[in-house]
Amino acid sequence: MAELGVRLAGVSLRNPFLLASGVWGESGESLAGAWRAGAGGVITKSIGSDVRPGYPNPTIEAYERWGLLNAMGLPNPGIDEYPREIEIARKAGATVIGSIFGGDAEEFARLAVRMAATGVVALELNLSCPHAEGFGTEVGSTPENVEKVVRAVTRAVSIPVIAKITPNTSDAAGLALAAERGGASAVSAINTLRALAIDVQLRRPVLAHGLGGLSGPAIKPVGLACVWQIFEKVSVPVIGVGGIATAQDALEYVMAGARAVEVGTQVTFDGIGVFGRMANDLTRLLDGLGFARLEDAVGVAHRAARAPPA
Amino acid sequence: MRAVVSLTERVEETPSTVTLRFPYAPPADPGQFVMIWLPGDDELPMSLSYTDGVSKGVTIKAMGNTSRRVQSIRTGDRVGIRGPYGNRFDLSPKRVLVVSGGSGAAVLAPAAERARATGRSVTVALGATRAPELLFKERFLRMGASVEVATDDGSEGTKGFVTAVAERLLSTEPFDAVWTCGPEVMMKKVIAAAAPRKVPVFCSLERHMKCALGMCDACAIGPFHVCVDGPVFPAEKLAGVNEFGAFHRDSSGRRVPL
Repeated sequence: MAELGVRLAGVSLRNPFLLASGVWGESGESLAGAWRAGAGGVITKSIGSDVRPGYPNPTIEAYERWGLLNAMGLPNPGIDEYPREIEIARKAGATVIGSIFGGDAEEFARLAVRMAATGVVALELNLSCPHAEGFGTEVGSTPENVEKVVRAVTRAVSIPVIAKITPNTSDAAGLALAAERGGASAVSAINTLRALAIDVQLRRPVLAHGLGGLSGPAIKPVGLACVWQIFEKVSVPVIGVGGIATAQDALEYVMAGARAVEVGTQVTFDGIGVFGRMANDLTRLLDGLGFARLEDAVGVAHRAARAPPA
Repeated sequence: MRAVVSLTERVEETPSTVTLRFPYAPPADPGQFVMIWLPGDDELPMSLSYTDGVSKGVTIKAMGNTSRRVQSIRTGDRVGIRGPYGNRFDLSPKRVLVVSGGSGAAVLAPAAERARATGRSVTVALGATRAPELLFKERFLRMGASVEVATDDGSEGTKGFVTAVAERLLSTEPFDAVWTCGPEVMMKKVIAAAAPRKVPVFCSLERHMKCALGMCDACAIGPFHVCVDGPVFPAEKLAGVNEFGAFHRDSSGRRVPL
């Protein structure tokens, strides 16, 4: 039986499947539920300084299993309220990673201190939400800003810091490199791709916010390319995110360079049981391919790509 | 999937409730809900009050600003519909007690209708603040259900809460199931009344919803999501859920007392 446990930036994960931020993370019991369903760890909803209701509905457009378009608008109860939800998840034994978003380096650092105090094992910085004015991608789209934010956070806290990188740029690897320079212990990629849906009868965008972010199987090849390029450039571990629906998708990310993966949209299509299922399937898949440990498969596709043609 | 439809009918059921009818072909069952999109405004979860055939319907009570705006839609206006979503009432029990508080009848009436259509016996404890607010009384009578009324002000039927009527019915008649929808405090009382008689209770719950797909967590209640695990919950599932009858989450995910 292949070993699924991985070490990631000093954190031990029982398996590489993390609940992606933004899915199920509003309530502590939901986080606990994802953990009980077999997730290797759970990432909270992105938490900001203040109570934020998010955008009005429609906030979502679902496509038949290949994608999901959303513009939730970073709804969250704020850092004063949220720690009680983390407490519930931690009491259930969950490995919890706290996601935060801020408008500048100072706000990120303040939030990081508060989030670290809740006992989360690591922080994930949302530098990549594509549809929130003043946050996410707007903060994380230049290497200078990414480095500045990450440096401010890593100076403020002692737990590992993961920078979540946007794909809505010409150079995701450059952003990842900037995060590494700023002291990030790991980077995760990708967040959703900026996207739009139009209703022709009503002659208007479907989402109340207009632009949103696309997730789900449709974006997997884009995520793989970003992880591939990031792995070539940085030495910190990479977490692969984007359209992972099966154990094989996860292994593709691992071979492209990811040490762990995040799963979100597939929870919508298959329910939370997807975590237990993918972990079982991945064990079988690794066994069949002759890998004793998942860690042995990290980045192997790069070796083949570098090898001279036979 | 989403469809844009024109409203075909608008019925003022009571001074505070309005039914909107629209053509929407996807099959639906009593208990399920749809997301109704008012272009340029909002999108809201609404239990179907008419589930059969193509002409579906929802019945809305004026609560906040948004529900008032939904009520103000006119015949011919276009809205977006997606769904139906969620689970349904189990229609197999032979003798059903329906306990409705306020606009709860919106989801209970189509369930009772289908039950009656297959020869089930249906007794309805119908509660409202005052007589003109009794929702779907005529509809329940038309389908051949026996109806017992309670109003807060005593303007019709028993004066006081409908739970008192439900308790009396449970102590005098045999039932195989109770279906209830209304304020959660009311439903908790219904559960307590049915428990000693071992009659299973099914509650239709309401929560703030955004995605309706089990992703956003807005409708989280205990380990469940009302959009995909509900809206209909057997009472035993709610036994250990401390949110039930206590709080819901607002648009930000903050806990708000009910």
